[in-house]
Amino acid sequence: MAMRPLSGEELAKAVNQEFPGVAVDYDEVSAWIRPNRIHAVAAFLKDSPAHDFQFLNSVSAVDYVEYFDLVYHLTSLKQQSSAVFKARIYGREDLKAPSVYSVWRGADFQEREIWDLMGIHFEGHPNMKRIMLWEGFEGHPLRKDFL
Amino acid sequence: MTIRTEPMTVNVGPQHPSTHGVFRVRITFDGEDIVEVEPVFGYLHRGTEKLAEERNYVQVVTLTDRLDYTSSMINNQAYCLAVEKLLGVEPPPRARYLRTLTAELQRIASHLIAVGFFVQELGAFGTPLMYGFRSRERILELFEMLCGARITVSYMRPGGVFADAPRDFWPALNRFLEDFEDEFAEMEQLLLENEILMIRTRGVSPIPPEVAINNSVSGPVLRASGVNWDWRKQEPYDAYDQVEFDVPIGSNWDNYDRFWVRIQEVHQSIRIIKQCIAQIEPGPVRLDLPLVLRPEAGREAYGRVEASKGELGFYLVSDGGISPYRCKIRSPSLINLTVIEHLLVGWKLADMIVSLGSIDINMGEVDR
Repeated sequence: MAMRPLSGEELAKAVNQEFPGVAVDYDEVSAWIRPNRIHAVAAFLKDSPAHDFQFLNSVSAVDYVEYFDLVYHLTSLKQQSSAVFKARIYGREDLKAPSVYSVWRGADFQEREIWDLMGIHFEGHPNMKRIMLWEGFEGHPLRKDFL
Repeated sequence: MTIRTEPMTVNVGPQHPSTHGVFRVRITFDGEDIVEVEPVFGYLHRGTEKLAEERNYVQVVTLTDRLDYTSSMINNQAYCLAVEKLLGVEPPPRARYLRTLTAELQRIASHLIAVGFFVQELGAFGTPLMYGFRSRERILELFEMLCGARITVSYMRPGGVFADAPRDFWPALNRFLEDFEDEFAEMEQLLLENEILMIRTRGVSPIPPEVAINNSVSGPVLRASGVNWDWRKQEPYDAYDQVEFDVPIGSNWDNYDRFWVRIQEVHQSIRIIKQCIAQIEPGPVRLDLPLVLRPEAGREAYGRVEASKGELGFYLVSDGGISPYRCKIRSPSLINLTVIEHLLVGWKLADMIVSLGSIDINMGEVDR
């Protein structure tokens, strides 16, 4: 049975039905949600039987200089479907986002890695410290302005 | 009468004979029981994702070899699939078969190492590991015929493979398959129902399916936990939709099942290779793409494969330039390690090394 990818539009509609106004934009493959509601949306997508995204494939961060995109790739093993949601965070200093550690434990090391290399601090993560580099390292090397 | 003991913190690694590279883990023991585990990463961090941003799309292939250096072919494949998704192209059929074939050879090589070291960690020094290495060596020789390299192969390219297999490759592959069946049967006979191995691993460190899924565990470890999930089946890439194979599933979720699943997967890999040999037809092996690739600006793609250790994904973002704007690597070894706490806490020191071996990590991929 082949996988069915959920389009950005479908996902945005589903999110907005549960949390009006939280999905702010979408394209073909992904929907953007408000960064302060990441945790709630994650819990909804995981626990609602209609979506059942039990498996978190990956959490990534992309530095677009004016803003950062957090990208979550999800898979539902039961429904054989996949989805991508993103959250856009503006600014460069003192960035924060809610952690999805309590929803998907699999986010543990990936969120630590994003903090380490991209400098986005995840709140609610019980062990938020650097993972690849040592404590005391200055800067976040995967950022575009790190040379 | 029980004697109360003070908890003691022990540092295992980063230089330790059983940690498969520079893996370090801080473990707190209460007597012999493990009460707390904290893995410490970064000893092999080379900044692959940053390096990829400074190379063009084809050059990045060489970086992927150095992720999980025991399954370079599969890493190449994952990256090339991601780039092809980004460009919206499909490689020609012969290239797809060659990729499937080499990826399965690589999977056998990787599983042989995994099984060999797993048994080594049980205290069977030398013999089973060398049985595995004997066959792996033949696979590496086949790779050498294909591309001149044994470990850092860089055989695949976006749009196909680097070159068609030389004429001598096919008889050599057939000879290998003939010999390998006997060699592997020998290994199975030695290990599969070995009493010591059974006693040491049966029922040790089970991972229930819901825990495995919540921890984003993938690959043989997930399947050993009883979850029928294989990306080769769920989202067939290259020639996997043309071949038949089964997905072995564990039923006890324990260390033995993780070992057993790998053994069974080797059999399935042989099946796939044989079908590839039967089905492959002459034709071009590489698309005529420009030397310097420039995917459309703003496009992104997530390409994934079922690597020997789990789901290996490349998330690529293009800004229209000659190198990826962002190249995120979803490495199975790192994410499978999330489950380490569940795997070790409550178990004994003597089982720790074996359990670590059962998840089969590769530090090149953990630290990247």
